[in-house]
Amino acid sequence: MQWHALTELLRKVKMPNDMNQWKNFSKGLLKENAVFVLILGMCPTLGVTTSAVNGLGMGLATTFVLVMSNMVVSMVKNMIPDKVRIPAFIVIIAAFVTVVELVMRGYSPALFDALGIFIPLIVVNCVVLGRAEAFASKNTVLSSVLDGAGIGLGFTMALTILGTVRELLGSGAFFGMKLISGDGLLLFILPPGAFLALGYLIVLANMIKEKTN
Amino acid sequence: MSMVTTLFVITLVAAGLLGSVYSVTKEPIRLAELKKKNDAIKVVVPGFDNEPSQEVQRLFMDGDSIYLYTARQGGKILGTAVETFTNLGFGGLIKLMVGFAPDGTIIDIAVLKHSETPGLGNKMEKGKSDFSLQFMGKNPENFKLAVKKDRGDVDAITASTITSRAYCDAVARAYRAFKESQNAE
Repeated sequence: MQWHALTELLRKVKMPNDMNQWKNFSKGLLKENAVFVLILGMCPTLGVTTSAVNGLGMGLATTFVLVMSNMVVSMVKNMIPDKVRIPAFIVIIAAFVTVVELVMRGYSPALFDALGIFIPLIVVNCVVLGRAEAFASKNTVLSSVLDGAGIGLGFTMALTILGTVRELLGSGAFFGMKLISGDGLLLFILPPGAFLALGYLIVLANMIKEKTN
Repeated sequence: MSMVTTLFVITLVAAGLLGSVYSVTKEPIRLAELKKKNDAIKVVVPGFDNEPSQEVQRLFMDGDSIYLYTARQGGKILGTAVETFTNLGFGGLIKLMVGFAPDGTIIDIAVLKHSETPGLGNKMEKGKSDFSLQFMGKNPENFKLAVKKDRGDVDAITASTITSRAYCDAVARAYRAFKESQNAE
């Protein structure tokens, strides 16, 4: 028994570093998916996913903020006194969100109009602060960047899937291309449809997760 | 480092970063907004050869400002694009650009800004439904800008009466502003 524990420990120590790094990235995609598993960041998830493009745009904007804030937080983690770490993280996150907002307004005004109020609200997205607090403030820069990218892409994937489902059912379109004429099930465009679609997607994600285990 | 210095340094660096990004994106943002406005004017009063965004008149109405842009072709007035608003939308503020011919006939209408429900209220946008087409070529003098439920002449969007009412309200306000500016001349 003790021998077994020792080999296990050795295996962990000897495990190549890049393997761990791959895990830092990949866990955010399904195993710790922010939307389907951790059920975090519900406000933008339910709010903007009326179309696949909106979900994709919101996801990518959040991913950028996540990667940048994780990187900076992990760089300055040793300089920040514990008592002021939350305000410090929020300032860092808010700075990057404002960068995204300014760039989007200048170079992609149509997307900015579609996402509207949800862009500034990335600041209070608990996924972003959650990763800064739970991961970036304890890990190296590389691990934190990979963690941010993984969680961010998992978030993007979830939002895009949810947006696609709602758009397909609600307006009979796929990424803005009309597949059927007329209206779809309007319910799925409205807020209750967001909850319904998300609920079934969570069931699906859990089934996939159990199969892969 | 003390708490105060840490936070000070972080906010200082953040402010510096934002300042530099702002100065880079300032011009593109201005151009993007100007382009949006010019595109809307082009849609509602097509065929002008002047710079309507330079010939702007501002009116105060119902607690907000309304902008009137004069479109000319060869010096002759082609029409007026009126940037109007309403606060009665399902999602609050809606901004429209309404083009009037000199005799007050509506040439065309473009939606500038709204937060209406996708799939319902956003059908007021051109291309999403035929709702906005019924205003084209009508003169508010003999076309009552209210939905049929309110004894007007406008066919409301199905299941979006609030949005349709707000739309009519904004267009009616644009017409009032247009008339006011004509009387002032």
